[in-house]
Amino acid sequence: MATVDIRNVMKAFGAVKVLHGVSVDIADGEFVVLVGPSGCGKSTLLRMLAGLENITAGEIAIGPRVVNNVPPKDRDIAMVFQNYALYPHMTVFENMAFSMKLAKAPREVMEAEVGRAAKILGLEALLQRYPRQLSGGQRQRVAMGRAIVRNPQVFLFDEPLSNLDAKLRVQMRAEIKELHQRLKVTTVYVTHDQIEAMTMADKIVVMNSGNVEQAGPPLELYDRPTNLFVAGFIGSPAMNLVKGGVGGGGFTAEGGAVLPLPEGASGKAGVYGIRPEHIQLRPDGIPATVVLVEPTGSETQVIARIGETSLTCAFRERVSARPGETIHIMPEMGLVHLFEAGSGRRLAA
Amino acid sequence: MSATTTAPAWNRVRQEPGWLARVFEIKIVLVLACLFPAVALLMTFLTYPLGLGIFLAFTDTTIGRSGQWVGLENFEYLLEDPLWWNAVFYSVFYTGVATFGKFALGLWLALLLNNNLPLKSLLRAIILLPWIVPTVLSAIAFWWIYDPQFSIISYLAVDVLGVRTTNIDFLGSAWPARWSLIAANIWRGIPFVAISLLAGLQTISPSLYEAALLDGSTGWQRFRYITFPMLLPILAIVMTFSIIFTFTDFQLVYAITRGGPVNSTHLLATLAFQRGIPGGQLGEGAAIAVSMIPFLVFATLFSYFGLARRKWQQGEGND
Ligand SMILES: Nc1ncnc2c1ncn2[C@@H]1O[C@H](COP(=O)(O)OP(=O)(O)OP(=O)(O)O)[C@@H](O)[C@H]1O
Ligand SMILES: [Mg+2]
Repeated sequence: MATVDIRNVMKAFGAVKVLHGVSVDIADGEFVVLVGPSGCGKSTLLRMLAGLENITAGEIAIGPRVVNNVPPKDRDIAMVFQNYALYPHMTVFENMAFSMKLAKAPREVMEAEVGRAAKILGLEALLQRYPRQLSGGQRQRVAMGRAIVRNPQVFLFDEPLSNLDAKLRVQMRAEIKELHQRLKVTTVYVTHDQIEAMTMADKIVVMNSGNVEQAGPPLELYDRPTNLFVAGFIGSPAMNLVKGGVGGGGFTAEGGAVLPLPEGASGKAGVYGIRPEHIQLRPDGIPATVVLVEPTGSETQVIARIGETSLTCAFRERVSARPGETIHIMPEMGLVHLFEAGSGRRLAA
Repeated sequence: MSATTTAPAWNRVRQEPGWLARVFEIKIVLVLACLFPAVALLMTFLTYPLGLGIFLAFTDTTIGRSGQWVGLENFEYLLEDPLWWNAVFYSVFYTGVATFGKFALGLWLALLLNNNLPLKSLLRAIILLPWIVPTVLSAIAFWWIYDPQFSIISYLAVDVLGVRTTNIDFLGSAWPARWSLIAANIWRGIPFVAISLLAGLQTISPSLYEAALLDGSTGWQRFRYITFPMLLPILAIVMTFSIIFTFTDFQLVYAITRGGPVNSTHLLATLAFQRGIPGGQLGEGAAIAVSMIPFLVFATLFSYFGLARRKWQQGEGND
């Protein structure tokens, strides 16, 4: 187990700059999730950690050792690939024992170690199968088993669940989390699914086009996004972001709607953010026209319009309103986020 | 002005099939019609000559005289014929050594080409050249290269490098001639092997190598445990073809040495031709040709069953 320090790392493929100075500190045993839209450089950063891509500038340290020039096999890391990269001509046992076979471990050691990992992952009955005789979830587990057997300093996962169906994904999410709690190995996990990030991470690193937008515990990102990008990225359904300006007894949206501001709000606010789940139904609220109602069972999502401004709302109670009808809604004052218009930075409030 | 135009009224017409189309609707007619060209071609150019060859092998036909059925006499005679044994020996030796050389060098080339080299496609085109040139042309080139007087190799060795004082006599005696022919065959066969194996290499996912890299493998171990086993199925097929082509080779040997000196470089194919056409003994020539069949069947079965069957590819149930 080890800490991982990524210090001002840059990456360029020829003339194309992909990472522009990324810094992340990862504590020993921490579960860090890199999240961001497609093409933002998550995989590239992970592959640089693994040693599969060289580092254009900056430094990566695993434990006390700077690994910029350390070849992958000496970095003591294990990686689970998005396509699992199982060796198709080897059985599950051979796949998991491969690293030990390369290191000329005795047969008993291999059997003991693979047995241990297989037991953790429930793979005991499958050890003699070939990868193509396994289901997607089983392959995923074998890939994890291959990593566990290595007993590495750091686990790297590159979108390991993206090939699984929704239900299995939730199950494997829990398994990976549980595994981490059991083994307490420093883990870097890449995903573009912010729910995965929120549920699994000790710390989330939100990336956008080669930069870190914000890094912190999931709830901090949820409660206090530092900028518009993070505000829009974290949370599902996404936060309502309304452009406009302070004035007219509140926040006047470009569409003309007036939204109430919390006390002591900065006058510079250019964007008003409110999460759908932080809008309440109140008889004394602002009248809004219902555009769309989507009941999900546990909550009801409603898209409502105040003037020209559309707001997505998520109500815990069941709403029987139909499109065209009027409801009265009110943002929870303590949970309004205000951002500067130009830079998109959060305004202290 | 109102711009609304209504589409002209039309009726969907259901096409009535003509009589020809109706005839082809009958399955058996369709099957026969589709099979006919292929079967006719195969019968004319494959089955008939093969059948005739096998038939001739059991007769004493000579050119100009249709023969009598003589049963196994031709084969009994062959078994006592030192020239036939000689040709069997050289055919096996030629095939074995040349196949080994082609695969060693072809695999090496394929591995090189599978890296990200500059001018990759140009290199590939160059590699294919020996394969594209008609065999007889390259045979003539080799004949020239192996010429006792004008050989470029001799010229380099004697006049440029000065490592020898006399020209090399490539084709004048048995063993040098045998090795020279093998070298020519390897040169000619490498492209086929290299390009086929390259195609096989490119089907191996790069992430397997990355996984192996993280698992701590050395370059040799990656070849030994990933590349080679994953290439085996293709290797088996290519090897089968290569063995068949090499064993039945005719052009190179006939163009360069005609089986000489003193019949030392006869392959079964050249010997069969020699006996049958210039020698006029059609029956005997055919018997020699037929005697290749068991070797070919054996080689095919060996490489097919020895190398091609891999459980991990076939996905059979394991329990
Ligand atoms: N070998 C390469 N050569 C040139 N550009 C590359 C190379 N690999 C990646 N890129 C570019 O780097 C950027 C980041 O790629 P990366 O694979 O890290 O994205 P990602 O965040 O993992 O996205 P996704 O969620 O789709 O996997 C992309 O714009 C991509 O086009
Ligand atoms: Mg990626």
